[in-house]
Amino acid sequence: MSERLVPRSDVGEFRKRYQWMALFAFVAFAIVAVRLFQLQVIGGKEYAQVAHENVIRRVTLSTTRGVIRDAYGRVLASSRPAFNVYIVPGRVMPSARPPRRWGSVDERDSFPQIADTLRLNPDERARLTAKIREACVTDEDKSACWHSILVREDVPRDIVAELKQHAWELVGSDVVSAPVRLYPYKNLGSHLLGYVAQVDAETLSKFRPENYKTMTSEERAKANPLGYAPGDTLGATGIERAWEAYLRGQRGWEKRVVDARGRYHTGPEADRLLDDPKRQEPIPGRDLRLTVDMELMEGIEKAMRTQVSGAVVVVDVRTGRLLALYSKPDFDPNDLSGGAGREKVRETFNKLYADALRPMLDKSMSGAFQPGSTFKPFSALAALEAKLINPAESERCDGYLFYGRRVFRCSHVHGRVNMRAAIAQSCNIYFYRLGETVGIDRLAHVAAEFGLGQKTGLGINPEAQGRVPTRSWYSLRYKGQFRIGFTLNSAIGQGATTVTPLQLALAYAAIGNGGTVYMPQAVRAIESADGAVLQDFPPRVRQKAHVQPENLQRITDALHAVVNEEHGTAYPVRDPALDVAGKTGTAQTGYVATSKDSAKTAWFLAKDHAWFASFAPFKSPEVAVVVLAEHGGSGPTIAAPIAIQVVREYTRLRAIRAGKPPPPVRDPQRPLPPTAPQAPIPVGPAPGDPDPNDPVSPPVPVVPTSIPPGGGQDEDMP
Amino acid sequence: MMREFGLGNRGVVRAREHFDWPLFLVSSMLAVVGVINLYSATSAARAALSDIYIQQIYWLVLGGIFATVVSAIDYRHYERLGYLLYGVGIISLLLVFILGKDIRGSSRWINIGSFSFQPSEFTKIFLIIALAKYLHDDPKSEGRTLSDLLVPAIIAAVPTLLVLKQPDLGTALIHGLIFTTICLLTRIKWKSLLSLVVGAGVLFPLVWTYGMKDYQKKRITTFLNPEENLLGSGWHAHHARVAIGAGGVTGQGFMKGTQNQFHFLPDQHSDFPFAVYAEDWGFLGGFFLVFLYAFLVLWAIRVASSAKDRFGAVLAIGCGALIFWHAIFNLGMVTGLLPVVGVTLPLFSAGGSSVLTVMMAIGLLMNVSMRRNA
Repeated sequence: MSERLVPRSDVGEFRKRYQWMALFAFVAFAIVAVRLFQLQVIGGKEYAQVAHENVIRRVTLSTTRGVIRDAYGRVLASSRPAFNVYIVPGRVMPSARPPRRWGSVDERDSFPQIADTLRLNPDERARLTAKIREACVTDEDKSACWHSILVREDVPRDIVAELKQHAWELVGSDVVSAPVRLYPYKNLGSHLLGYVAQVDAETLSKFRPENYKTMTSEERAKANPLGYAPGDTLGATGIERAWEAYLRGQRGWEKRVVDARGRYHTGPEADRLLDDPKRQEPIPGRDLRLTVDMELMEGIEKAMRTQVSGAVVVVDVRTGRLLALYSKPDFDPNDLSGGAGREKVRETFNKLYADALRPMLDKSMSGAFQPGSTFKPFSALAALEAKLINPAESERCDGYLFYGRRVFRCSHVHGRVNMRAAIAQSCNIYFYRLGETVGIDRLAHVAAEFGLGQKTGLGINPEAQGRVPTRSWYSLRYKGQFRIGFTLNSAIGQGATTVTPLQLALAYAAIGNGGTVYMPQAVRAIESADGAVLQDFPPRVRQKAHVQPENLQRITDALHAVVNEEHGTAYPVRDPALDVAGKTGTAQTGYVATSKDSAKTAWFLAKDHAWFASFAPFKSPEVAVVVLAEHGGSGPTIAAPIAIQVVREYTRLRAIRAGKPPPPVRDPQRPLPPTAPQAPIPVGPAPGDPDPNDPVSPPVPVVPTSIPPGGGQDEDMP
Repeated sequence: MMREFGLGNRGVVRAREHFDWPLFLVSSMLAVVGVINLYSATSAARAALSDIYIQQIYWLVLGGIFATVVSAIDYRHYERLGYLLYGVGIISLLLVFILGKDIRGSSRWINIGSFSFQPSEFTKIFLIIALAKYLHDDPKSEGRTLSDLLVPAIIAAVPTLLVLKQPDLGTALIHGLIFTTICLLTRIKWKSLLSLVVGAGVLFPLVWTYGMKDYQKKRITTFLNPEENLLGSGWHAHHARVAIGAGGVTGQGFMKGTQNQFHFLPDQHSDFPFAVYAEDWGFLGGFFLVFLYAFLVLWAIRVASSAKDRFGAVLAIGCGALIFWHAIFNLGMVTGLLPVVGVTLPLFSAGGSSVLTVMMAIGLLMNVSMRRNA
């Protein structure tokens, strides 16, 4: 050994410290051991649960929205499968996230491959890359880095197949089923059917309150019975909205094993981790059978070609079922339901709301208009009921009448007219005098008996109430100054009196059927996806008009004269083959031109509303037809021919179907449409019908075991 | 020549007589368990990480050779070469700035052929040797003052600051702690110790404000609010804790831990292998491992206390400190007791530089142990 290696230094300096160091090290390791005990032995169960939840994801299984068919089984609304592709920025491009010391070795950018698979062009690619980088400036929990963004809508099937096949590599991409609603008839019946739209944040927050995430499943079912989630579609208007609860169906779910990068794992190793229940099957939405006849609707569309704006209502006099509900101008619900992409939806909306003719408004029920002379039969009935007028007695019409300092005009100089002639020829002077005698409240009372000025309870689109003014209404409105002129205007359906075409149709149906005001119906039955009738809605009576039959007789006789006697206002446009009774109306709109309106608009808005309200055939009424040509001009020349055309179309279709009976509603026991009144007809709303006052949230969620009772004895279960 | 390096006949006989079996067995057990655990840790990501555990075996074999050589040469030769080795270490750290490759925002590695090595790992050993030499050459019978510690402080500060600059907070911290531990071994005057503590108290806010990167600060703030940012900076700490907890008492079974198998543990082979291990083997396995590390560290202190000179004692304490701080920081970080700082778990974490360094430390321990006072 060399000299240098001889031990030479004293280690005494350190000696005391070894024990302290050993103690320190021991305590430090003991703390770690205690911590392990705390995490694994005490908290083991809890953490095991967290770990379990990490790898189990409930994947929702989409359901299909119910199909809507017309009375003869023609499909009016159905869904086709479609898929949208979303990406999570932070997952498709981990390299865009802020650098950190830790990261998974095999985490690579999947975005280029996703872009390739989706066949994105270089522009889209660059735009998305920029968007992802922007989103991932930070990767905190609430950063946009973790929020899905929509990459492509309505991806073709072959690409969807490719995406699913390579799902393992395409980390961070998600193919979401978003079925597209199809309306084969496009614009026709758009107001009645409505459209579907993506649920907006405000509506969603009603179903999913802030504490939704922490709720138990029972609480959730209560707050959100239909299970709305962000991005879902729901019925926005029309039947789609009113019958949402039935059409929607119920989504199912399936538990799947998922890794930290959102990839699904299968095989026995993964299945071992799944706990029961593993799956809940989705329940498809219910199909609806409407009362509407689309062939008749097509006929109406043709008849209304000459008009830019208006509404037509055809109602079965014996049941209150709506055979047609038409509003013009209309829209294509396909464009609004996202079938052509979101951009198209926005564009269409902007266009529709900018249109002065208000295409989004359902004029058959959401708009109230002065009924004009179509109101006169009710004025006449009020007089007869009050026994204040002898219908045979005639009045002299000179074409004008002075009341105080005001002059009230008539359309012609009618000479001497009795009630029948006054209705047939639509003499205002007669009705001014009648109104003066009868008084405004009696007029209002009879009108109300026939349902005018009240919501009908159809519950499909927001209904305008209309108004049949009374004396007290006027005194409230005009601070106690009641003028006789109000009454005179009321008697001829002018002034403050407004009705909806639907109300008028039901009222004329009541005139035709002897005074029964029906609840209008647009949905005939609920059917399951396999075609079985689950619930059938019988007709329901809303109210009976308390009028003497002989008085009603006089009125119907006069209405018959309108069309079929030489001086009748609709006589020139009558069809001898048809047996129509009705009343024309030319309602002044009280439009005062403002400087805002262009000359063309002003000319249009200054024109009168043309009305024709009728029922046919006269001998045994089947349908009531109301035509409103908004700012169409004269009732006799504009509206009456349209109505006659509609009745002609109805008669033609009926004849065809009589020769070749219409196809039954798949269930041969219950043929459609009804040809005779069904007895007994229950009065009042049936349980299970959508609440007419709140069409948005119809009753019970649809599950096959809980079909609402009350559909009658003839209910059959699937 | 052979005699010169202590490998003479007598030396070999002596080594055989004094061969430190407990040290050898515990280290071997850690290495074997570590490789088995790496197999589980990388099993889910086989495609990308298939050969990590194989590589680890290679590194361990190479490390074993290193350790054998290191332990065979009488440690007093290292004393002579102490400053030279230290200088080599500093130069290699400087080279990182020139040749270093950038990985996730910091450059720590130098590529040599297909290997990349991390000089900052090796400088820990060189630092220990340099400090041991200095203290060996500078005996003080009464307590040391601050000025006595100035030179060792400079010796430690140079590599620490260079590593901090990379930036590699964890490794810099280990350098600093090795120095602190060795200082505490010496007799320091109370006043000096007090002013050191005060100085550190003043220095910390300065380092926090100017010396640390945002992501480093984030890790510490995340540690204080663990559940705040689970998708971003809190991900590691949260999922590691869940993995350990989910292991329960007996574990989920080898290669059955779902947190690992389903990729919730990033860096499962480098910084978080203990989470994989604890998930697979539960509290029983975890406790066993902690026991092994504790044994190793306490054994190192025992070796130091039986060293026959100051150089050997400081060397052993330095190596023990290296293993201790690595183990405590890694276990503390993985179990959520300490903020997430990138420190490897000796013999458990995959990585050539780390394995070689730890094996060299064990070799030095063996060296001192074999040449202890009879």
